Amino acid sequence: MVTPSPRPGRLDEVSTEVATPSASSVFAPRSRSGVALRVTPVDEVGLEARAKTFTTRSIKTTSKRAAIHLAISCIDLTTLEGMDTPGKVAALCRKAVRPDPTDAAIPPVAAVCVYPQMVPVAVKYTAGTPVGVASVAGAFPSGQSSLSVRIADIEQAVADGASEIDIVISRGAFLSGDYHYVFNEIEAQKAACGRAHLKVILETGELGSFDQIRKASMLAMAAGADFIKTSTGKVANNSSMPVALCMAEAIRDYAEQTGEVVGLKVAGGIRTAKQAWHYLVLIGETLGADWLTPNRFRIGASSLLNDLLLQLQKLDTGRYSGPNYVSVD
Amino acid sequence: MAERLDVQKTYKLFIGGAFPRSESGRTFALVGTDGSLIANVAQASRKDLRDAVVAARSAQAGWAARTAYNRGQILYRVAEVMEGRRTQFVEELRRCGVEASAARQEVERAIDRWVWYAGWCDKFHHLAGTVNSVAGPYFNFTMPEPTGVVGILTPDAPGLLGLVSRLAPALVSGNTAVVLTGQASPLTAVSMAEVVATSDVPGGVVNILTGETHDLLPWLLGHRDVNAVDLTGASPDLEASVVAEAAENVKRLIRGEPDDQSPYVIADFCEMKTVWHPVGR
Repeated sequence: MVTPSPRPGRLDEVSTEVATPSASSVFAPRSRSGVALRVTPVDEVGLEARAKTFTTRSIKTTSKRAAIHLAISCIDLTTLEGMDTPGKVAALCRKAVRPDPTDAAIPPVAAVCVYPQMVPVAVKYTAGTPVGVASVAGAFPSGQSSLSVRIADIEQAVADGASEIDIVISRGAFLSGDYHYVFNEIEAQKAACGRAHLKVILETGELGSFDQIRKASMLAMAAGADFIKTSTGKVANNSSMPVALCMAEAIRDYAEQTGEVVGLKVAGGIRTAKQAWHYLVLIGETLGADWLTPNRFRIGASSLLNDLLLQLQKLDTGRYSGPNYVSVD
Repeated sequence: MAERLDVQKTYKLFIGGAFPRSESGRTFALVGTDGSLIANVAQASRKDLRDAVVAARSAQAGWAARTAYNRGQILYRVAEVMEGRRTQFVEELRRCGVEASAARQEVERAIDRWVWYAGWCDKFHHLAGTVNSVAGPYFNFTMPEPTGVVGILTPDAPGLLGLVSRLAPALVSGNTAVVLTGQASPLTAVSMAEVVATSDVPGGVVNILTGETHDLLPWLLGHRDVNAVDLTGASPDLEASVVAEAAENVKRLIRGEPDDQSPYVIADFCEMKTVWHPVGR
């Protein structure tokens, strides 16, 4: 037993783990630095109860503006549609750089997230700004192509100028227990990324249980993920508070065991400012304030930005605002 | 045999097709003419108002996109369902101090008013719209279109008939409504919500908030996503500064009669839009 190091968060935190080590001998990943990882089972009831408590914090008006600015700066402003055009991506990039043309105090978002085909357009319109270009790659969203095709996809996106790459794990292989295969695939794709950051999408809606999500998180981090990400946004079950908490705890435990820092990206179904600051609270109370930066936390979203801007308008004017007062994306 | 326990109804808000309690948890006591407690009724907060406007906004395009004939069918359905609950409405009016025969008459007139406005849905365009003669080779039409999201402050008396007289004409053209109803007659307002909820009216088209309208009115008038406000139920000496809030996004302000039945009331809730079209040869 390793003595747990002090954790950030509230004193009345509900423990969401069972202390016994995993019975699985097949699944025994090692970190990049060679530390054998303990993957403990998840207490599902405790996890869900704990996740629920994050939604009950009262964010006072004085903190609201800071929370909204922080949430905006953590957004990966996303458009992943078959009907994306260069014009739409250009408009998205302009909005990413300057979310509200009337208010220069609002920070730019962290990155725009597009399909590989749109990377050159995004690079062109974000050049010289702090906004990064993230590209989904590797046969997103299914991942059902041969590894060589997926690696070529990643290399092309990186060559076109993407600074971040979002890939999916092979859920089929993971669910059938072929962990080595999944591990080696992620490692190979990490190598193909070169200097670009790698975000590994677990597609938690397809993994079946929190134990599996925790296992997949550990596997992805050990294989070299810079970020682990909840979902593609293309299936029915997207990011939820319990899923994000499960992954955040995996990140925390991984950092405790290895000293390595991995980021978290939540994606799919996050549309309102309220949801965004629930996630900020979750991160703050699970991983600590160190993780409340775009380098370690991202929110993949599109319509969320407009809702955050509407909340800022409410703070500025004292009047409730509506969708007619922000741009149509 | 033991006496049966009373099954008391909880009087709640109506937002987006659901019946939530107030987000604030507040209620107010409704007291009968004899001084006894009738019910604790949900008291809407400004956040309930905000939620109601969001629900009304998201329902508006769909409601306006229905055919006028279909809107008429649905409003007629409201009258049908209300007819089946006549005794309940009469009873609720009586508990709030309306005399038996007057209560019966008010309920009947309210039902008839729904029927009357239902009939206008696919007819009022012909009356309110015009073909204008212009000095040029153009067809020129003026057509009534729904204003959008309408806030309605209902009159205190007549409680039920006043609510129907203001709500029904707003719905005819395709507006969605956020109704603020005061503390005078919340029972029939909540029952009206139950009728609407079971009459094929899509969720969010009608939202009914009971409570302290004086608290909510500045938020309604200042809300930038509300397109018109019906102040028929507001006191005539409403402060100018409160009404001025409506100017910020150029809301349409309407002041009508509590008990009125006229196609011109439908037009009050409309925007007139004019189209120029070249005459072909």
